Amino acid sequence: MAQGSRDQGSAGTADLEEDSPNMIVYRKIEDIIMRIQDENSGGVPIRTVKSFLSKVPSVVSGSEIVQWLMRNLSIEDTAEAIHLGSLIAAHGYIFPISDHVLTLRDDGTLYRFQAPYFWPSNCWEPENTDYAIYLCKRTMQNKARLELADYEAENLARLQRAFARKWEFIFMQAEAQAKIDRKKDKVERKILDSQERAFWDVHRPVPGCVNTTEMDIRKCRREKNPQRVKKSVYGVTDDSQTQSPIHAPSQPARKPTKEDVQREISFLNTQLDRHCMKMSKVADSLMSYTEQFMEYDPFVSSPEPSNPWVGDDTTFWDLEASKDPSQHRVKKWGFSLEEALKDPAGRDQFLKFLESEFSSENLRFWLAVQDLKRRPLQEVATRAQEIWQEFLAEGAPSSINLDSHSYERTSQNLKDPGRYSFEDAQEHIFKLMKSDSYSRFLRSNAYQDLLLARKKQPETEQGRRTSLEKFTRSVGKSLTSKRLTGLMQSS
Amino acid sequence: MGEMEQLRKEAESLKDEITAARKAVNDASLQDTVSGTAVVGRVQLKTRKTLRGHLAKIYAMHWSTDSKLCVSASQDGKLIVWDSHTTNKVNAIPLKSSWVMTCAYAPSGNMVACGGLDNMCSIYNLKAKDGNVKVMRELAAHTGYLSCCRFLSDSEIITSSGDCTCVLWDIETGTQKTVFAGHLGDCMSLAVSPDFKTFISGACDSTAKLWDIREGQCRQTFGGHESDINAIAFFPNGNAVITGSDDATCKLYDLRADQELITYQDSSIMCGVTSIAPSLSGRLILAGYDDFNCNIWDSLKSERVGVLAGHDNRVSCIGVTADGMACCTGSWDSFLKIWN
Repeated sequence: MAQGSRDQGSAGTADLEEDSPNMIVYRKIEDIIMRIQDENSGGVPIRTVKSFLSKVPSVVSGSEIVQWLMRNLSIEDTAEAIHLGSLIAAHGYIFPISDHVLTLRDDGTLYRFQAPYFWPSNCWEPENTDYAIYLCKRTMQNKARLELADYEAENLARLQRAFARKWEFIFMQAEAQAKIDRKKDKVERKILDSQERAFWDVHRPVPGCVNTTEMDIRKCRREKNPQRVKKSVYGVTDDSQTQSPIHAPSQPARKPTKEDVQREISFLNTQLDRHCMKMSKVADSLMSYTEQFMEYDPFVSSPEPSNPWVGDDTTFWDLEASKDPSQHRVKKWGFSLEEALKDPAGRDQFLKFLESEFSSENLRFWLAVQDLKRRPLQEVATRAQEIWQEFLAEGAPSSINLDSHSYERTSQNLKDPGRYSFEDAQEHIFKLMKSDSYSRFLRSNAYQDLLLARKKQPETEQGRRTSLEKFTRSVGKSLTSKRLTGLMQSS
Repeated sequence: MGEMEQLRKEAESLKDEITAARKAVNDASLQDTVSGTAVVGRVQLKTRKTLRGHLAKIYAMHWSTDSKLCVSASQDGKLIVWDSHTTNKVNAIPLKSSWVMTCAYAPSGNMVACGGLDNMCSIYNLKAKDGNVKVMRELAAHTGYLSCCRFLSDSEIITSSGDCTCVLWDIETGTQKTVFAGHLGDCMSLAVSPDFKTFISGACDSTAKLWDIREGQCRQTFGGHESDINAIAFFPNGNAVITGSDDATCKLYDLRADQELITYQDSSIMCGVTSIAPSLSGRLILAGYDDFNCNIWDSLKSERVGVLAGHDNRVSCIGVTADGMACCTGSWDSFLKIWN
């Protein structure tokens, strides 16, 4: 998909909520919450449960939620359903009625659904004034179930100190809220109180619980209007907003100019000109790559001798560092020239081979250019000249074979030497090595010896062959030929 | 029709042509091609080490090329270099700004870099003669937070920023060599190709871009995600790219086919992807999520084959060693865990 022309500045009335990175998550959860509460179409049975001396309205058990999730979201593993349910609870969409811990338990624990007013998608960022009003209100109500927990009492004490000057205002607001609450129906109040408490459990979590409202600071900064007045849970307008230290006024996105669109057009034209490979070829290449390397992937195949992380045996690392490579490692050199050169032992072997063919200057040139690209800037010019003298100048001691076009380009580049002056030449030489010397290297005795771990002891090999013959003869005497063949085939 | 209108129409029709060209090469999906292959068996990785020492959220980690040392950055204002095998802290570097968001280890092992809300990339020399780790360079020019940085060598480093650009710096002189502009949203993450000739960036405009380091141009753009791309990595063969996004999915894009090959998603995964890394062969993709877990995907069959559960808060970063032996996860719970 080419660059979208999504105009970030199209907003005046842009959906502020859509800017929140969690909005996608909230919409997905809300989708589930709607379905799970819909009793007409396979939702969970929300009912009143008789407990001890009272009735508990509008609840459902944890295991019923787990079952529903497994059935309706095709989840096979209970643990996964609990994990998902706990995520939903952590964001405050469901909550246990008897404690503050927002996780889902697969048992008879009773849960209630949160009121849409309190949903996180409404972008609540409740100020401490709201929290103070809430805690204060709780102390005014003479109900055992509304008693403050220790951490809440501590929070209240701290807020009283912080808001000492406007405590009267907060107290008045709390009284007003308490009055409104008292007017409500008893059952309705029970439900609302628990929902309000669950809301605060999300925004002012119990110490030790994860705060799901914490935002990645990289995302915080992008808020469109960080200076906006944050809405209060209790409808309180507060003038003294704290300025966030990390919010910067967002730049109004500038309108695309003619030059912008022209640049886009030339970019799109280059894209169009690009040769796209067929999907089937690409898929095949991916498959064969992974297949080839899977035996070297410690997450898929057990490494030999043993994974140094399991059992603290570091032999594997010692072997990798040694210049005496295992057959397994040598086999990898055969995958591609890039792989062979990645391994220092492979590089050495290939260099030795090239020396025997009197063409080592190619690899030495390639290595010199790789090194040049990593040099500090002030050394680049001198080094580039040295490389030119060694490999390309007339009468160079390690003269490499370049086509005239690359030669011309390179000598031009050397007028203003930089890190990439030899890029064309390097690519040319690499292709040359790949198509020519590399395949001969793989067929060479030196490589084959390492690959097959051949030791130059022909006598013992013959000795082994004779003893094998003796063995088969003696076995042949006691087995039928069919069984013997079977044995031979399976060995 | 004004000139602007005409230009816009031209751009639109080119986009349609490109979509058609991509459709034309779409002769077989990855699913079809791999239908004969079996899913990789259930992958069960265990926590082998837990690295304790940070006092606040860990935002980033990066392995050294020796597969044993790694560096991590935390909002407690420290950069810690760990010998992950012994769990010893090799260096604990105090930072000037505690709002750090990224860290990187140089391939040579001689330097580490970090940056964040200070809009700068600070380079630290680990091998100073007197043994003290000091700031070597402070690369300042970005007008937004530093979201990611990766060394090309001891002389050059690439950074991505919240100012929507990526920059190639010369470390010695502390100057900007190339500015890669084009993204329409904060750049969140970058990854360098195995051959060091190109790099990819993922941004909050939901696109990933492939850049040519030498030419300074954007070569390709990949869309399809519905929200910010938080994490990006190269497939080990260097021909494909994997991304992780706030839309709860990961995608695999192929550079040669110039389009998306496959999406890794599940109806029970609701939260954003924060970090991503392929296993050595590329057959497995490990992705860290906001729901405190890491999921392991079979990259070809697009099925979940494992879960790393053990963190008590969001997984913010993940990395697989160069030798493929282990993976490290860092979390907002202030711990790093090594798994295999």
